[in-house]
Amino acid sequence: MTDLIEMSGIGKAFAGVVALRDASLAIRPGEVHAIIGQNGAGKSTLIKILTGVYRRDEGSVQMAGEDLTISTPREAQDAGISTIYQELSLVPLRSVTENVMMGYEPRTRLGLIDWKAAHARTREILARFGVEIDVTRQLGRYSTAIQQLVAIARAVSLDARLVIMDEATSSLDDQEIETLFSVVRELKKSGVAVLYISHFLSELYEICDRVTIMRDGRTVATHEVAQTTRLGLVSEMLGRDASEIAAAGQTALSGERSKPGATLLEVDGLGTRTGLRDVSFEIRKGEIVGLGGLLGSGRTESARAIFGLDKLLRGEVRHHAAPVIDTPARAIALGMGFLTEDRKADGIIPHMSVRENITLALLPRLRRFGAVDRARERELVQGYIDALQIKTSGMEQPIRELSGGNQQKVLLARWLALEPEILILDEPTRGVDVGAKFEIQSIIRNQVAKGLAVLLISSEFEELVEGADRIVVLQDGYSVTELQNPGITESALIGAMVHHHERLAS
Amino acid sequence: MSMASTVCSQFRFDPARHGALAALVVILCFNLIVTPNFLHTQTLFVNISQVATIAIVAMGMTIVIATGGIDLSVGAIMALSGALAPLIFLSPFGLANPGLGLAAAIIIPILAALCCGIFNGVMVSYFNVQPIVATLIFFISGRGLAQVLTNGNLQTISNPSFSYLGTGKILGLPFQGWLVLAIALVLWWLVTRSMFGRQLLAVGGNERAARLSGIPVERVKIGAYVICAGLSGLAGLIVVAINSASDAARIGSLMELDAIAAAVVGGTLLQGGRAPIFGAILGAVIIQLVKYTLLANGVADEVALIAKAAIIIGAVYLQQGRRD
Repeated sequence: MTDLIEMSGIGKAFAGVVALRDASLAIRPGEVHAIIGQNGAGKSTLIKILTGVYRRDEGSVQMAGEDLTISTPREAQDAGISTIYQELSLVPLRSVTENVMMGYEPRTRLGLIDWKAAHARTREILARFGVEIDVTRQLGRYSTAIQQLVAIARAVSLDARLVIMDEATSSLDDQEIETLFSVVRELKKSGVAVLYISHFLSELYEICDRVTIMRDGRTVATHEVAQTTRLGLVSEMLGRDASEIAAAGQTALSGERSKPGATLLEVDGLGTRTGLRDVSFEIRKGEIVGLGGLLGSGRTESARAIFGLDKLLRGEVRHHAAPVIDTPARAIALGMGFLTEDRKADGIIPHMSVRENITLALLPRLRRFGAVDRARERELVQGYIDALQIKTSGMEQPIRELSGGNQQKVLLARWLALEPEILILDEPTRGVDVGAKFEIQSIIRNQVAKGLAVLLISSEFEELVEGADRIVVLQDGYSVTELQNPGITESALIGAMVHHHERLAS
Repeated sequence: MSMASTVCSQFRFDPARHGALAALVVILCFNLIVTPNFLHTQTLFVNISQVATIAIVAMGMTIVIATGGIDLSVGAIMALSGALAPLIFLSPFGLANPGLGLAAAIIIPILAALCCGIFNGVMVSYFNVQPIVATLIFFISGRGLAQVLTNGNLQTISNPSFSYLGTGKILGLPFQGWLVLAIALVLWWLVTRSMFGRQLLAVGGNERAARLSGIPVERVKIGAYVICAGLSGLAGLIVVAINSASDAARIGSLMELDAIAAAVVGGTLLQGGRAPIFGAILGAVIIQLVKYTLLANGVADEVALIAKAAIIIGAVYLQQGRRD
């Protein structure tokens, strides 16, 4: 059988930094093919070459035995390759229909867009995913999960021969993931191949047929999934011995627990227009406080309110050194940092260098006669690049050229550089590979041991249960209960998150 | 020696970055061959004094565009400050105190321009008005205000000290040329070295991330519009000084388009995040030289407008063409 896609001998360098060398990938028609590797292993680059976002420096790409020359994403779509990116690339202010149909709208005889047909077709496509929503409403009004499914629906609607899913499940809940998987199986039945990129190995065993492992810009191996073990995959991915990894185990957040110190911040009865109704908890020196809850329970909203981003309707945030926190600038001056969930929209400044991105929040302290103290800046930045092992060709490299995990490390460095007292981490390891995740978690743990207080939001129960000293459970904008470690189990957390809690009538 | 060799080895021709420079060389060569008397000092002086106003305003425009905004009011602000200046030193006060009158005739118009800039900035940052709409307010009303102030009359002036702004020379070169250079150096320092510059580019590069990092987004934006308006006010004074006359209907007319064009040709991204100050000057020089070339070779003024449009298209094309 000829392979649907065959990439071989692919090489690519950015500004002299080699991202890929002799990478290869073969996908058979109608198979679900996984690709795994650490950050910077070259997964994203390889896929972007396949989809026409980047040009390859060397190597060949064939589709069904014929040479494929794709130089724009549109050409890739026309060739039958559709991509769902890790960071959503939809237009939130336009309707669901417009997003699904964009660029391929049905036309009336006059050449205008046939809206009736467009809406009907969109409804039909979404129905295949079990999504029934008002397609005429703005996409941005729906949850991230719905938006993700819309992105997938769009890809599928383009009659693709290959659908690429880059971290497609990272913001879906269990039920939505099940829906997605049934769609993947459906696609497979109808002969469409799926290229699946995920950091969750369990997903790989659930739906993938074969897996390609990449490391340091090279393709290491391709296996039938059924013939692999988790430990084997991870060891190939990290290039380490299997036994060594088995011994390490666990997530790096768990470790020595020190006694929490003085109270730094008290949150009392918060209510906001963004959906918080009554949230209370406190954060003490040297502890990790987890925020648990389902999508929409108010975790990120609580973080935003504390950091002075959203106005409080009720309640108050009492900082030990100041009565009011009304702007991020004030929060930062008080020694708080906020690593946000959405790296692209709220985090990186794409044109700026790694150096400028790291010192962004620190600028007021680098001021010397109105100018930035460049010598001190460089020294500081180099220190964090070394300490966090950020993979970059140098501090002047634009951050947009770094892999997702390294961008995340830069943003972490931005906040650590402040030497904060309280650090809010919203999904700190989302979309980050196993190795970098481990590194990020141990960096955080080290800082906590030195007295940093962390407010941790994570959709990964494991990270929360093992990492947090206490978990405040949120439900529909209320803080309903608090779990205390040691002793929290995943099932206890899930139970607390979904169980109906009686609220005091007010 | 080693410095020079690294610079050489790093240099590679990149159309997006060096396209404007190459265009300048082409235009210069063309003129040397075709245009009569091109290598004449008189030609140099004419071009420097013409390009100075465009360059000054284009630098301000570059700062505003770096925040992701745009300022359509620059031409109208030039008219306003240009109308105010002669009103002040031709007033009874100005005639009675020539020295103070002259100072007031320079300071007050620029203060007025700065106020316009604060208005623009506040509209954009605190009231969230689209920059194109916010600055449209002065685009329309500023010139009207200037004409009302002067009753629509042409004011002729003969004040040698004031005229120095337009006709003075230092080391044999026009004063405006030196002024452009001085402003460029200050702005270059501001953009690449100062706190404000870093904040400016961060706001333009990703406003939400900048806000989250504690950058005072509103103040930075207001600062950008104030700088742009102040430079426009100064440019208005220079135009009046060159012409020894002030016609509120004509000063700075269509300047907003020249300034935007110069900024774009100079490599400013319209979506913000970058502020090449010397690029703006280069853009202004190219636009001025194209105008001059066509004029000196007997091509009608209207055709020059079309040529200008072609340059902008070329510049935007080169910007878009940048990819890995």
